[in-house]
Parts: sequence; C-alpha cells; structure tokens
Amino acid sequence: MKYYDKLIFELSKEGRTGYSLREPQARVCLPEKLARKEAPELPQVSEVDVVRHYTNLSQMNFGVDTGFYPLGSCTMKYNPKINEEIAAMPAFAGVHPLQEDVQGVKEVYEGLDKALAAITGMAHFTFLPCAGAHGELTGLMLMRAYHESRGDHARKKVIVPDSAHGTNPASAAVCGLEVVVVKSKADGLVDVEDLKPLLGDDIAGIMMTNPNTLGLFERDIKEIAKLVHGCGGLLYYDGANMNPLLGVVRPGDMGFDIMHLNLHKTFSTPHGGGGPGSGPVGVCNKLVSLLDSVHTSGFHGNFGVMLRAYTYILMLGKQNLRLAGKLATLNANYIKESLKDAYKLPIASVCKHEFVFDGLIDDGAKEGVQGATTLDVAKRLLDYGFHAPTIYFPMLFHQSLMIEPTETESKETLDGFIEVMHKIAAEAAQDPDILHQAPHNTPIGRPDETLAARQPVLKWEA
Amino acid sequence: MAGKFAYFPHTEEDIRTMLQRIGVSSLDELYSDVPSDFIFKGEYDLPDAMSEQEVRAFFEGLAAKTPRKTVFVGAGAYDHYTPAVIPQITSRSEFLTAYTPYQCEISQGTLRYIFEYQSMICKLTGMDVSNASMYDGPSAAAEAVRFCLASTRKKSKVLLSSTLLPNVIRTVQCYAKWAGTVIELIPSKDGQTSLEALQAALADASVGGVIVPGVNRYGIVEDHEGFAEAAHKAGALLVEYCDPSTLAVVKSPAEWGADLAVGDGQPLGIPLCYGGPYVGFMACKSEYMRKLPGRIVGQTTDAQGRRCFVLTLQAREQHIRREKATSNICSNQSLMALWVTVYLSLMGPQGLRQVNDLCYEGSHRLREGLLATGKFEPLFEGKPFIKEFVLKPLCDVKALQQALSDAGFFAALETEEGYVSFCVTEKRTRGEIDALIEVVKGL
Repeated sequence: MKYYDKLIFELSKEGRTGYSLREPQARVCLPEKLARKEAPELPQVSEVDVVRHYTNLSQMNFGVDTGFYPLGSCTMKYNPKINEEIAAMPAFAGVHPLQEDVQGVKEVYEGLDKALAAITGMAHFTFLPCAGAHGELTGLMLMRAYHESRGDHARKKVIVPDSAHGTNPASAAVCGLEVVVVKSKADGLVDVEDLKPLLGDDIAGIMMTNPNTLGLFERDIKEIAKLVHGCGGLLYYDGANMNPLLGVVRPGDMGFDIMHLNLHKTFSTPHGGGGPGSGPVGVCNKLVSLLDSVHTSGFHGNFGVMLRAYTYILMLGKQNLRLAGKLATLNANYIKESLKDAYKLPIASVCKHEFVFDGLIDDGAKEGVQGATTLDVAKRLLDYGFHAPTIYFPMLFHQSLMIEPTETESKETLDGFIEVMHKIAAEAAQDPDILHQAPHNTPIGRPDETLAARQPVLKWEA
Repeated sequence: MAGKFAYFPHTEEDIRTMLQRIGVSSLDELYSDVPSDFIFKGEYDLPDAMSEQEVRAFFEGLAAKTPRKTVFVGAGAYDHYTPAVIPQITSRSEFLTAYTPYQCEISQGTLRYIFEYQSMICKLTGMDVSNASMYDGPSAAAEAVRFCLASTRKKSKVLLSSTLLPNVIRTVQCYAKWAGTVIELIPSKDGQTSLEALQAALADASVGGVIVPGVNRYGIVEDHEGFAEAAHKAGALLVEYCDPSTLAVVKSPAEWGADLAVGDGQPLGIPLCYGGPYVGFMACKSEYMRKLPGRIVGQTTDAQGRRCFVLTLQAREQHIRREKATSNICSNQSLMALWVTVYLSLMGPQGLRQVNDLCYEGSHRLREGLLATGKFEPLFEGKPFIKEFVLKPLCDVKALQQALSDAGFFAALETEEGYVSFCVTEKRTRGEIDALIEVVKGL
C-alpha cells in the first residue's frame, strides 16, 4: 500500500468530460423560479482520470481478498466470486421493482426463504431489511405488531443483556420500546436470577445473541425461553453470531420467535466497505400473517445481495452446511488455545465462532513506561499485514480484543497470525514504545481523531 | 468429508492437529456446552451441493423465466444508463471485500471516496453536511422524521406531502407508527403540494417537520415558494425529498430554504436490480450536524501532517450512545455510495445536465405521441416535468398494459389515483418511444 493524496475534485479542469452520451435535440426548459441558478460544482475529469484515481484509492484499502480479517462479530469470511457473477446477470440487474411478470425473480425469493427457514427453524422470512440493525428494527416492529394484534397494548419494554451489540438498545428505542438491561454473570452468560424480577405483563420480549458477544453459548436458553414465554413475551434472536450454529443448531428449536440473519456475515456476501448488506427477518408460525405489515424499505430489500447469498447456499448444499459452523468454531478455539499464554483470557470455557481477550498478560509497563494497550496491539497487527480484531467491545472488559477467524481460513493462515501475535506480545514486554508508535508500514500513521471531531471538515471546498 | 469444498481449506489432518491443540477429541465436542436436544439431528431440507457450473445453469434457468422488458416506468426506480467504468471500479475487491473503515490506516480508500461522496451530495443539494449514506430513499425519509423531532422541541407530529412517492409514504408511516409519531398527509392541488393546506396544517403547534418532494409522484417539478417560511414560522423544519439526478437542473433544496435533504441515489446510474441495493442520502444545514444519523467521514492529519480521513462525530452513534443514539443505523450502503461517486465524477455538471436534457426530450415526445392517439386525457396541463408524467386513461388499463407487455415494454403503471404513469430516461431511444406509441395506436 502506498500513500496517494488526491481527491477527485483536485483533478478537475474546466471543460473536461468523462461521459459519453448522445447529443440531445432539446434542452430542459423550466420556469425560472423552478430552475437551478448555478450548475453543481462536480468534478470535470476524463474517464482515465476517474479510473486511475479510484484504482489508486483502492490500493490504500484492505479487504478479505487482501488478507486475514479476524474482526470479531463481523464474520469476515471469504466472498466467493461466483456470487458476483450471478448478481450481475443482466436478466436480474435490469428488472424494475414494480414488474410483476418476473417468475425467475420470485423463485429466488421463494427458494431463499425456504432455505433460510430450513437452516434456522423459522417458518418464513421478510427480505425488506437492508442490514442487521434494520432487521432488528423490523423484527421488533413485528414483536409489537403481534402483541397489538392480540389487544395486548401494555407491552412496551424489551429486555436486552448488558453484553448486547449497541444496535439492540438503539433499535428498541427507534421502535418505541423502553430498554431494560439484564446483567451477565461472571462466566459471561445471562444471569437468570437477575432476569426473573424483570418479567411481567409489560414485557414485549427479550433480545438475545446466542452465542453471545463473548462467543459463549447461552446454555440457559431453555429456561430463559420458558420464563419469557411464561410472562407473555417473545424471544428475538440477533443473528449477528449465527455463523457457528450453521449446520448445527437452529434458533427456532431454541424457542426463538423472531430473528434476523446478516446475509453479509453468515451467507458470504461482501461487506462492501460498510454495505450493502441484507438482514432478512424470520418468524415462527404464529407471526407469519404479520410479515406483510412492516414496510421498512422502499421495494423488496437488497435483491442483489439475496442473489449472492442464495448462490452461496446452493454451493454449500446440505452436505457442506454441516461443516461450516463447526470449522468456524474449530478455528476460533484453535487461536484461543494458542494465544492464551500471552493474552489474558477472562473466560476460559470453550468458545463458539469468536472469543475475547482482555489485553496482554505482560504489557511491558514499568516505572515511567506506559504499557501497551489493546489499541497498540491492533495497530501493530496492521504492520504485519493482518487486519485488527474488534477492540474495546464488548464493554464488559477494559481491554477487549475480540477475535473471529471464520471457517474459510486455513491452519497455515491461523498459524501465521498466532506467530505474529506472539511476536507482538514479546515486543510489548520488551519495548512497548514500538507498539505505541504503530503502525509504521501503512499508508498513513495514526490520525488525529480529536482534531477531526473538534474542527469537523466533512466536505471538500475549493 | 473435509477438504472437498472450495471454501473450506481444512484437510482431515489439519482438523486432527487443531483438535489436539484445543484438547478435545472431535468437532462435536466443541459443542459440549450446547444442550444436546438443541443439536439438530434431522436432515436439512436443502438441495444437494452444486458445482459452480451447476449453479450457473440453475440461475440461467431462472433468468430465462424473467423476460427482459424495455422499461418506461419510474415510481422511485429509474432506468438510467450505467457507464462501463462503474462496475469495474466497484468490483475491485479492495473496495468490495472490505469492512466498515474502523482501522483507518488501512481503509483510506473507503474513507476518501465516502468523503468525496459527502462532498458531491452537498454540492448537489446545496446543504452543508452529508452523512456517509443510508439504506435507501424511503428509509432515509423515515429517518428524517426522527431527525426533525430531535432537532425541534416538544414536537410529536410530522407533515408529509401526499405527492411523495407511495413507497416513501408507506415506509415513513411504518417507522412513525411504532415510534409513536403522528403523521399527517397534506393534500395536493393541481398535482402539487398545496401551500394553503400546508399553512393550515402548520397551525398545529405539535408539528416538528414537513417533508415535500422536489419532483413528485406525478413527475411534476414542485414550486415550494413560501414553504420554508411557513415551516420555520411554525417552528418546524423543511425536508426536501429529491431525485438527485434532476438536481443538475431543478432548484436545489438549499435554494428552497430547506433544512434537510433526503432521497435515493439510485437514479445516479445504479441498476434497477428489482429494487436494491440502492442508496439513501441525507444532508443538512450545519447547525443540525450533530443530529444526523449514520456514519460521517471527516478530514484530519496523521502525526506526520499528512491529510487523512476518519469516521468522526461518533458520539451520535449507537455503539456509544446505545438507546440514546440519533438512530439505530450502524452501517451505510458504502459500495453504492462509491457507485454514485464514480458516476458523478464521470458525468460532471455537463453530463448530468445532458442526462436531463435527453430525459426531457424523450418524455415530452412520448407524452405528445400518447395524447395524439386519443386514448388518454392530459392531466395537470402546463406543470413542468422532466422524465416522468401521468395521463388519464380513456381505455382499459389492463388491456393497455398487456399489449405493451406483449410488445416487450414495461409501461403504463397504474397509480393509486387511477392514472397511468410513464417515465423516459436517456436510455430510451426515439425508436423505442415511437414503437411504444405505435402499440398504443393499435389498441
């Protein structure tokens, strides 16, 4: 990666063009009061300027195709290339969303719905949500719609564990629900005794991530389901951590009534630098009739992403599905066991797809020398050609370092990562300054984030 | 079993060695913490694994069941031309397979194009600050409701023009219903939002915002003179829902005095793709910067003084504020924002103007030709439009649609009002337009 400092606006020259359109025979003619006074100040560049500029930008980026991306909770698995070809087929890319005579498109929805139902144990899905958080919101709307449909108007609270993703409470708030937090025990699992007094006829339901954000299976889920259902509430499954259960456990069988899946995590569609994703929401039988009552996006959701996920499922088939979750779990436990001699492992039990370290065992802190932090470890990893893990989440620990390898990484890749993590630990013990100053080999060094927030520059100005 | 699937690199030996390191004897033992009755023991009701060639054949079969039509419908999804450069750039795997740019030192590519995207959205709308993009236009409008109420005090109601696209109204109403926000529709007059009706509705002190379309569901370019003054006098914000492609020629949200601009970036060269992925945009005046939902990229420097870009103003966001965040949104439609950025770079101000000229030429030709068949009556005569228009059908709509469909056209969308709607983009040739008119003549 090399540093490249242009913005497309800075390549602009009056009168240069990068488009190719036929000549119009007429000009737009609008009454003066409706017409724009001055043309927008967009760049004026040639086609080759555009291609070189964005190619240069791409070379300052790290993707799954570049290298290992052990980003906890994000499931950065390999994005198969056939997915892209199928999604780009002109027959699909050229369909207008209001066209009705599109049997092939409808069969994609039906086939994907049936496959996801089989994998999760839910009855049916809505595909409108465009992301995981969008799925949470849609799912909570369905939760409320269910209670309302029964004339049960008092259920305005939703229970969320303290280890939950930040989107859970935020989605609840956007959906008009009050958040009630249930605590985790020292072993990282939801405290059933803390849950009991929260239950009542004002509870709409509980949002659970299982395995949770520590990568631990909530083994009391059966009792939790019984308690929440007992008070008239529903169980929502945050599918962000579905990957280790792929081919092993179905959320529907654990008692969940509503769930979302992140097709961009579990089903191999690319993250695209932050989107587009797809967050279909599945429900159990008693909620199916409500699925059409929620309209959280404009048409039918991100069809292009669904094509990719469906392609992946067909490649997996029922045979390979059986191994996907297990190999993800194998990879996570392998890293955990290989690094616990150098990094603090607060919870030692078997993990699922991911696990959390709480910083270095020996951070190199001495009299007058600051120890190396989780941030420092993360930045040093960039120097060695790896993406960093998720850091400072979950907030249950101060130095969280959350690692999720996924099933598409080989033992050799994991061994390379383990070796580098050991090397970094040794560097920290000897001279934490190497880590404080990291990264050294990237296009830029650590940015001044305070400056960015205090004096915001959020757009280009001539 | 292992080592036989292209996406799983493990050999049997790898698995054995790794299990040994972990100290368990089998893969199943890794699930010893899961109550055994939750381990799925049945057979998954899924097809057998297919080879890549078989998958391709499968989808070619589905494609054959999806006849391609020449699209003359808009209604929120517009068949504009996609320059060849765009998919080449967006499919570069350094962009495609990256995550949200948390590690900015190795994400400057993503961060820079988002910064450019934000800049371009500001240039088009005339607003001061844009976020890094939203899911789509309708959901961005729904977020605008929340934005209006967060930016005003003691307000609980938002007014929506009834001339907004139906799917925008439907999405906003769905979000608002569960958030406990009151939505009131403002009636239209002569095909555009009525200022008198708006003023009357603003008499209610609980109104915190007004959402109106720049170009509306009938394709009409709306006149919003007096709208901002009326809204501001009542302590409400004005939100313009716009088609960004038309902003090359129509008055911008800023010129109308709006506080917030939202809409869908799909008309900026994004393929129809049955409704998604598209990209919503949202841009506001600087005083409301900290109320914006979603990601925002800002410029800063590193220790060596080099210009660089980071995610900023994160104190608004869900991972820090949890239930008190401006929104639950935690991603954007980054790759589609790149799509739009590359499109606008290629088009520039002249290209985008020319797209509108070609749309204008084609849509006016089609409207005249259709009226000349005697099978329609004009609606909203004299109201300016660019690419989309509605007519009152004097013939059987179902028969009309069927005849057009048989001839390979998707056209004459029936609206809630019983009108038929047509849309002509620069992709539609004179030949296609004239052929469509011939089909109608022959009815």
